Amino acid sequence: MPAPEVHHLFHYPIADHSFSADRQTLAVARESNVDIYQRAGGKFQLKDELKGHDKTVTSVDIAPNSGKIVTCSQDRNAYVWEPSPEGGWKPTLVLLRINRAATFVRWAPSETKFAVGSGARLIPVCYFEEEDNWWVSKHLKKPIRSTITCVSWHPNSVLLAAGSTDGHARVFSSFVKGVDARPEPSAWGERLPFNTVCGEFLNKTAGWVHSVAFSPSGNALAFAAHDSSLTVVYPSAPEQPPRAVVSISMQLLPFMSIVWTKEDEIVAAGYDCEAYRLQGDESGWQLAGSLESKGRPGVQDHREESALNMFRQMDLKGKASADDTKLKTVHQNTINTVRSYEENGGTVSKISTSGVDGRVVVWTL
Amino acid sequence: MSQSLRPYLQCVRSSLTAALSLSNFASQASERHNVPEIEAQSSPEVLLNPLTVSRNENEKVFIEPSINSVRISIKIKQADEIEHILVHKFTRFLTQRAESFFILRRKPIKGYDISFLITNFHTEEMLKHKLVDFIIQFMEEVDKEISEMKLFLNARARFVAESFLTPFD
Repeated sequence: MPAPEVHHLFHYPIADHSFSADRQTLAVARESNVDIYQRAGGKFQLKDELKGHDKTVTSVDIAPNSGKIVTCSQDRNAYVWEPSPEGGWKPTLVLLRINRAATFVRWAPSETKFAVGSGARLIPVCYFEEEDNWWVSKHLKKPIRSTITCVSWHPNSVLLAAGSTDGHARVFSSFVKGVDARPEPSAWGERLPFNTVCGEFLNKTAGWVHSVAFSPSGNALAFAAHDSSLTVVYPSAPEQPPRAVVSISMQLLPFMSIVWTKEDEIVAAGYDCEAYRLQGDESGWQLAGSLESKGRPGVQDHREESALNMFRQMDLKGKASADDTKLKTVHQNTINTVRSYEENGGTVSKISTSGVDGRVVVWTL
Repeated sequence: MSQSLRPYLQCVRSSLTAALSLSNFASQASERHNVPEIEAQSSPEVLLNPLTVSRNENEKVFIEPSINSVRISIKIKQADEIEHILVHKFTRFLTQRAESFFILRRKPIKGYDISFLITNFHTEEMLKHKLVDFIIQFMEEVDKEISEMKLFLNARARFVAESFLTPFD
């Protein structure tokens, strides 16, 4: 496995990051701004800053085909940024109609809609209205009882999964007439008017759901919760109980973000500051180990255990023991986001992670 | 370190490490606010079950985790009156300087001597494992400090008494 590509951008937490489709542009949420980085050789250089929010930006997403950037923030607003002809970016305010923080935003695969998670116990599904020339939203309300922490789109751009701090992962229909084509019936549902609840799954200990994700085919849903568990749900047929609900608890700290790399593999990362690989199917899932091999050359600390070294440590730092500040992992603090970086033929070959330590790391699987 | 102190500190350490899994969470009760949920107590679903780790009835740690903040309260060992006074003076000295300690709470929780409030902004700014180390080290040192002060106080009292009684010899 080649060594990961580490970009230490700054010393602020990165709430979310997103790469453009050609992987030359990187957008990261830093405090109340979004920084746009451009790849120059092996490094990323700051090119633009998207200023407009006045509170912490919580999420950012670049649409792969159109290149539009959507951002949302704790100031209750979301903006869609489009490149303007004279360089720079032009923001368009989205009418979210929420009165609490916006927590998470993702473009639908069709790129005609996006969904925003919010602390107002609802999910605005936003689409562009040509005649008025602005982004409007329709609210998914029932039966959400707490802050939405994460959303994930089904490949058909109609079904939307959302995780919440009330311990539920839910699957909704976000079908908007005139924007979406009628979706093919799937195991989740056949007739899908707006706000149909196609599935509602409670975490065993009602722990906060930190991340949800549909499998590449859309026929399975995984969610990670604060009780360090990962649950994978396989639906059977519309209005029927699911075919299988596989839940595994781990001896690790909770996962903050998960991504499916193929139909039978998930990569998850979180408070342990490293990414883990999980494998399985309907019969069961298990932890297949960390992405970081601890025996990697170069990282192994060749500590000199001599008397000279001991006295030098005492002289420099006032203590004999060696420095234990640095963690052995690449990320030095919680990983907030895991995203697919490169895919070929339905299999993710590279992923990117970003965390509270201000690093964006690209891993080859 | 005595035989019973080690498992006690180990237990506090692992409980704290788990409790410090914090994230940036804006208030869902009031608009445009981002407050420590453990202090606001406005939404019960974002609070976790509080936990007490106790070595004996005089020494315990109370950990109250929530989605974006953790409150840790420590009851320091007080075997007699003198230790009680010393602990009171010592914690008062610290809490009066709470700004420079960042994570120190100005007022302890009822029934405890000193409280810390760690929010997600602290874990973002500082290293999480070093914050845990700090609390553990504080717990180790404070007992030592108090018993040292007590010895010093006793020695001084003896000296004062001796010099006071010399004329009556």
